Amino acid sequence: MNINQKGKFGRFGGQFVPEVLMPALEELEEAYERFRDNPDFKKELDYYLRDFAGRPSPLYHARRLSEKYGVKVYLKREDLLHGGAHKLNNTLGQALLAKYMGKRRLIAETGAGQHGTATAMVGANLGMTTEVYMGAEDTRRQRMNVYRMELMGTKVIPVTTGSQTLKDAINEALRDWVSNVENTHYLIGSVVGPHPYPTIVRDFQSVIGNEVRSQILEKEGRLPDSIIACTGGGSNAMGIFHPFVKDTGVKLFAVEAGGSGLKCTDKAALHSASLSVGEEGVLHGARTKILQDPYGQILESHSISAGLDYSGVGPELAYLAETGRVIPVNADDNEALAAFHELSRMEGIIPALESSHALAYLAKAADSGELGGIVVINVSGRGDKDLETVLEKGVQA
Amino acid sequence: MRISGTFRELRTKKEGALIAYVCAGDGDTPGIVHALVRGGADIVELGLPFSDPVADGPTIQASIQRALDAGMNPDKYFAMVRNLDVDVPLVVMTYYNLIFKRGYCEKNGVDLIFLVAPTTEGSRLEDILKRGTGFLYLVSRLGVTGARADVALSTKEVLDRVKTDTPRAVGFGISSGKQAASVFKNGADGVIVGSAFVDIIASGRDVTGRLEALASELKSSMQ
Repeated sequence: MNINQKGKFGRFGGQFVPEVLMPALEELEEAYERFRDNPDFKKELDYYLRDFAGRPSPLYHARRLSEKYGVKVYLKREDLLHGGAHKLNNTLGQALLAKYMGKRRLIAETGAGQHGTATAMVGANLGMTTEVYMGAEDTRRQRMNVYRMELMGTKVIPVTTGSQTLKDAINEALRDWVSNVENTHYLIGSVVGPHPYPTIVRDFQSVIGNEVRSQILEKEGRLPDSIIACTGGGSNAMGIFHPFVKDTGVKLFAVEAGGSGLKCTDKAALHSASLSVGEEGVLHGARTKILQDPYGQILESHSISAGLDYSGVGPELAYLAETGRVIPVNADDNEALAAFHELSRMEGIIPALESSHALAYLAKAADSGELGGIVVINVSGRGDKDLETVLEKGVQA
Repeated sequence: MRISGTFRELRTKKEGALIAYVCAGDGDTPGIVHALVRGGADIVELGLPFSDPVADGPTIQASIQRALDAGMNPDKYFAMVRNLDVDVPLVVMTYYNLIFKRGYCEKNGVDLIFLVAPTTEGSRLEDILKRGTGFLYLVSRLGVTGARADVALSTKEVLDRVKTDTPRAVGFGISSGKQAASVFKNGADGVIVGSAFVDIIASGRDVTGRLEALASELKSSMQ
C-alpha cells in the first residue's frame, strides 16, 4: 500500500492517521500540487506577504554582538513580521490554500499562542471561521495571546486532557478534524504531522531562507559559514535551512531546548531535545524522533519557552540530523535567559525565548571556531510575550 | 484464524457478532471480560492504553487515562492476556507507536485488522480489501469513538459500498440493541461496542451485572 511510501524523508515522515483522514490528506496534497505554482495563488500570497506581513524582513548586522564574539553575526529579523513571529508565513500560505480549496473553517493548535495568533490574523483577514485549540495550562501561561486571538474573532478552546499543553492541543485538533473534515482545514503550525504537512509548512517558511540567501550575497558576496535556528517542531529552522541544504559548506545548527537538563523522570522529560536524545517512534501522524518511555508512551516535554515545548520534531529534521547535514545541539533554560538579556542590552532587540536558544548557541560555540567567520541567526520572534516569564525569573544585573 | 472461525460459525447460525471493547487495566479486567462473554460477546477487543489516543472520544480517553494511572503497560497487558481463560478470540486495540517501539507484531504473529471509513474510496479501499484479515472494521461515521443516539445513515451507505468476503463489523457510536439490530439487518456481520461498556465500568455500580445485561441485549438483537 502506498500509505507507507508517500512523503518520506529517508525512513522518517509518512502518514499514520485515523482512516477517516486519509482522503483529506490526499485532497490537501493534490490541491497543494495544483496551486503552489498557480500564478494567481502565488501573486496573492506574495501580495499578503509583502503588504500584510511586512516582508522581506531585514538581515541585520549585529555589530556589538559580532565584536564580543569575534565572528560576524547577522540576525534574520522575523521578529519584525506582523504578529511578532515567523508563524504568519505559514498561516498565510495555508489559509490561502484552504480558501482556494473551498474550505470555510480553519482550526489550529497552539502552544505559546504565536501560531494561534497568526492563524487568527489570517482567519479575520480572509473572513474564515477560526477555532484554536490550546492547552488549558498554556491559556493561563499566555493569557495575552488568548486575548489577542479573541480580539480578532477567533474562538480559543482550552484543552483539559493529558498534560494540557501543545501535544494535547494537537490531539484535540486532530479529533475535531476527523469529525469536520469536509468543510474544515487543519492549519498545522509546524513542520510536523502527516504528509503533506511537513513539506507544505517547510515550503511556506522557506521564504526566510530564500531572503537570507539574496541578502547575504548582497552584503557579503558569499554564503554564510553557519546558520543557527532554534528547533521545537522545527518550522523556523526548516524555513531558513531548506534553501541551503545543498550548500554543504554552510553548517546548519538546530538548537533544541535543553530545559533543566537532558534527563527524564517516569512521565516527563526535563527538556524538549527530541532530535538530540529522542528515539524513533510515531507521533501525530509521522515517524520521527520523539521523547518516549521504554514502552512507547509519549513523555511530556519541558522548556522555559512554550514554543519549543514539544515531544516530537519534524520528520525532515530527523532525517537531516541522521545524515549529518543538520547538527542538533541544545541550550538550557538558563543559557537561553542569559542570551535573552544579552541581545536586549547589547543590540536593543528583545528576542522571543524560543529564538534566545539559537542566540545562546552563539555564546556557547563562538570560541570553538566551529561557526566560521560569518554566522546567520534566525530571530524567529520577538520577546514581548515572554516578559512575564522572564520577570518571574528575576531581571539580571 | 480463530476470528474467521468465529464468523463462519455465526454465519451458519445466522447470528451477528457482538464485538465488545474495553480498555485493559481500567477496573477488574478479567472479571469484566468474563461478564461480557457470559452476556454473549463473541469477540473481545482489549484496548492496550496509549498516552495520546487521537481517534478516541472523551469516554474512552478517560478509560485509557484511568488504566495508565493504574499502571497498565504492554508487558502487564500481554501477561494478563496469556492468563485470561476465555473461550472467545481476543483483539488488541491500540495505537501504532506502542507496537512500533516493541515490535510486537513480528514477535507474536499478530494479524492486522484494517479500518474502513465513510471517506475511504477508490484504490485505497481496494488495497484495504485485499489485505484485510480477521474482519474489516467499518467506521460508521466521521469523528472519534463514542456512543451516539443515532447511528448515521452513512453506515448503510458504507455497507452497500464495501463488498468483500471478509466479515464486516461496524463500530463507532453503537450502544443499544435497537442500533445493533438495524446494522445487522443492513448486512453487517457484527457490531463493535466500546463506549457504552466503558460508561458502565466508569460508573462503578454493579459493573459485571450491567455489562452482562447490555452484552445480552446487544447479542439477542442480532439472533
